[in-house]
Amino acid sequence: MSTEFAREAIEKLRTGNENLVADVKDALGEYTATVPASSIVEVCEKLKNEHGFDLLADLCGCDRGPEDDPRFEVNYHLFSTEHYNRVRLKVLLSEDSPNVDTVTTVWKTANWHERETYDLVGIIFNGHPDLRRILLPSDFDGHALRKDYPLRGYEPYSLT
Amino acid sequence: METPVQDYLKTPEVMDESLDSQMTISMGPQHPSTHGVLRLELILDGEMVVKAKPDIGYLHTGMEKLFEYKKYQQGIVITDRMDYLNPLGNNLAYVMAAEKLLQIEIPPRAQIIRVLMCELQRIASHMVWLGTHALDIGAMSPFFFCFRQREKILNLIEAASGGRMTPSYFRIGGLMMDLPAGFDRRVKQFLEDFPAAMDELETLVSENTIWQSRTKEIGYISKEDAIDWGLTGPCLRGCGVELDLRKHNPYTGYETYDFEIPVETDGDVWARFRVRMRELYESAKIVRQALGRLKPGPTKADAPKVVLPDRDDMRKHMDSLIHHFLIVAEGFNVPEGEVYMPIEASKGELGVYMKSNGGPKPDRVHFRGPSFVNLSALPDMSEGELIADVVAIIGSLDIVLGEIDR
Amino acid sequence: MGLENKIFESLPDVLTVKLDAVINWSRKSSLWPATFGLACCAIEMMNTVSARNDLSRFGAETFRASPRQADVMIVSGRVSRKMAPVLRRIYDQMPEPKWVISMGACATSGGVFDNYAIVQGVDKVVPVDVYVPGCPPRPEMLVHAITMLQEKIMKESVKERTDTYEDESRRSIVPGTLPVTEGTTLEECAKDAETKPYSVPSEHEKRRSS
Repeated sequence: MSTEFAREAIEKLRTGNENLVADVKDALGEYTATVPASSIVEVCEKLKNEHGFDLLADLCGCDRGPEDDPRFEVNYHLFSTEHYNRVRLKVLLSEDSPNVDTVTTVWKTANWHERETYDLVGIIFNGHPDLRRILLPSDFDGHALRKDYPLRGYEPYSLT
Repeated sequence: METPVQDYLKTPEVMDESLDSQMTISMGPQHPSTHGVLRLELILDGEMVVKAKPDIGYLHTGMEKLFEYKKYQQGIVITDRMDYLNPLGNNLAYVMAAEKLLQIEIPPRAQIIRVLMCELQRIASHMVWLGTHALDIGAMSPFFFCFRQREKILNLIEAASGGRMTPSYFRIGGLMMDLPAGFDRRVKQFLEDFPAAMDELETLVSENTIWQSRTKEIGYISKEDAIDWGLTGPCLRGCGVELDLRKHNPYTGYETYDFEIPVETDGDVWARFRVRMRELYESAKIVRQALGRLKPGPTKADAPKVVLPDRDDMRKHMDSLIHHFLIVAEGFNVPEGEVYMPIEASKGELGVYMKSNGGPKPDRVHFRGPSFVNLSALPDMSEGELIADVVAIIGSLDIVLGEIDR
Repeated sequence: MGLENKIFESLPDVLTVKLDAVINWSRKSSLWPATFGLACCAIEMMNTVSARNDLSRFGAETFRASPRQADVMIVSGRVSRKMAPVLRRIYDQMPEPKWVISMGACATSGGVFDNYAIVQGVDKVVPVDVYVPGCPPRPEMLVHAITMLQEKIMKESVKERTDTYEDESRRSIVPGTLPVTEGTTLEECAKDAETKPYSVPSEHEKRRSS
């Protein structure tokens, strides 16, 4: 699958407003655009309405490790059902303020994806209608997919 | 760190006291519809569902964290247990993501066998779907017929890989081992018996007026809503969107096979049911074509640092022995990069996001489970339906909790 | 349950041995499992019930959805931390005599998943009678487990099988861990600070492996 369509869409966005896209990368047949956290909703809206990326395939968070700065990143994988093309958007977040605006206003499916990202990685989505844990128990302490959370947890399970 | 977590008991829907007749009941996590440990909070007005909120996480296994601690080859075993009705599909997605990062070419025989096994697995997965869906709605006989067919396929998969439900048959760079002798004869036998079995099932289920009245015009979702909610697979094809990743985003040589994409426009439970039934015929077509194309050849890619050598080779040649030792003991280093590999699993778009930082273990593996996204559309689909219809809708979504909770 | 015990306690041993055989035979021949399918092993359990390997030959005719009507609970699949209190509650809702088969590697010992999310062995939550290894175990292995359980039942003595005390089973769950917390008896227990841990088994349960 070629990255032509995705590249054109991102170029059009960039010519409109330079601050919308910070960096682009084209590797392994995929087009990745790094977007600053403040403009993610605008980019998503433009990509959905003007360029036809109407399906949010995946939204996942990633912890790069406590030594890296910025520590967290959120990846948005978009797909267009008319042109059958994909693009990835990446938002980098630092450890002190892992906040990013929610895209539930653009795609409804982001609701559960963002809840899962909050649950497992700890990224807070501003404006999310119902940000609470989805996979881990509600009294769980910590965020399991962070690199400094041990694999076996802190204590074995016991009923007491 | 202060987090804006809301106490779920105080969400507006639950605290709605304006209607005294509303009752909140919890359906699950242990309930007889065998879809797994799903808990639904139903807010009911009599028998009618005002709101249905799924509560998941009862099967959360922490697989994504486990992947980061296992070498790439070891992770294949874990993917089996994710969507446990379609383990070969999970294997394929994971293995292809790693192959994309490593940029290795797969030999054609391995690709044909991958297609063959995946389509057999799709038939088996749809058999479970049909059996349990029918069982939930009240028809007990299709359950036994479907599982009888599934036994035949499980025997085939066991002959090829050694495991009925957890085959782990694919490896990075090809297959675990070649197909056993006589395999194509057995698949041909299965394909000969398959149309008669499908006729039986159609007579039992599709042509049954009770079934039709229980599934038509239930659980409707419009085309725009379906795309907005991220539905893929048969759920989306039942709404009129022609999207099948095997045709529109092809992988493993699917573009060379001749098959159709069944699409229905109604958007209700009946439409999704018809899409999956027609998919069964298409899968059988693909299996027949794949069987015809099998020619002798290598089943592993030519990448000695990644693919385990043959046992004979390992015993006779020194470099093969060294490669074998290094691959098993230390693992191979995957170049840095990230990749998103979507495939068309039996339930929808199964996407693997794999990120590597140059070492033998992945940095982050995320599975985009189709059931996870399909289930999030359940509240929309089941507003205003009766409880019995909610059971039908869950069946038509074809969810597997292992994939949702990972 | 109580009536049989009271009668048996008053009878001399020579009579109860014969009655034991009859009662145990009737119990083992109609073991009705409770559906507790969690993950992949549940599908193998469904395969065991279906036409090729027919479990109802051995008496497990119907899988009762309600635990109140079931005899044996086949824990098939991995038990996550969120699910463990629910499992305990379902176990407590089963009336005596009840048995537990732990099916599969994940239920027996955590299986492949040695991490924060999975309880490493369901015997940390409920007492288990028969362990079945495998990932997933073949249907024939589950059938063998049922026959092993039947042999174990034949060796039991009816006198020693008593109910667990009701408040003991209620207190076995840590308050606040069950997902539904409002308006249940668990809330009343939560007000009481003292909780008895699971490690106080009844006389019968001490004979089981744990």
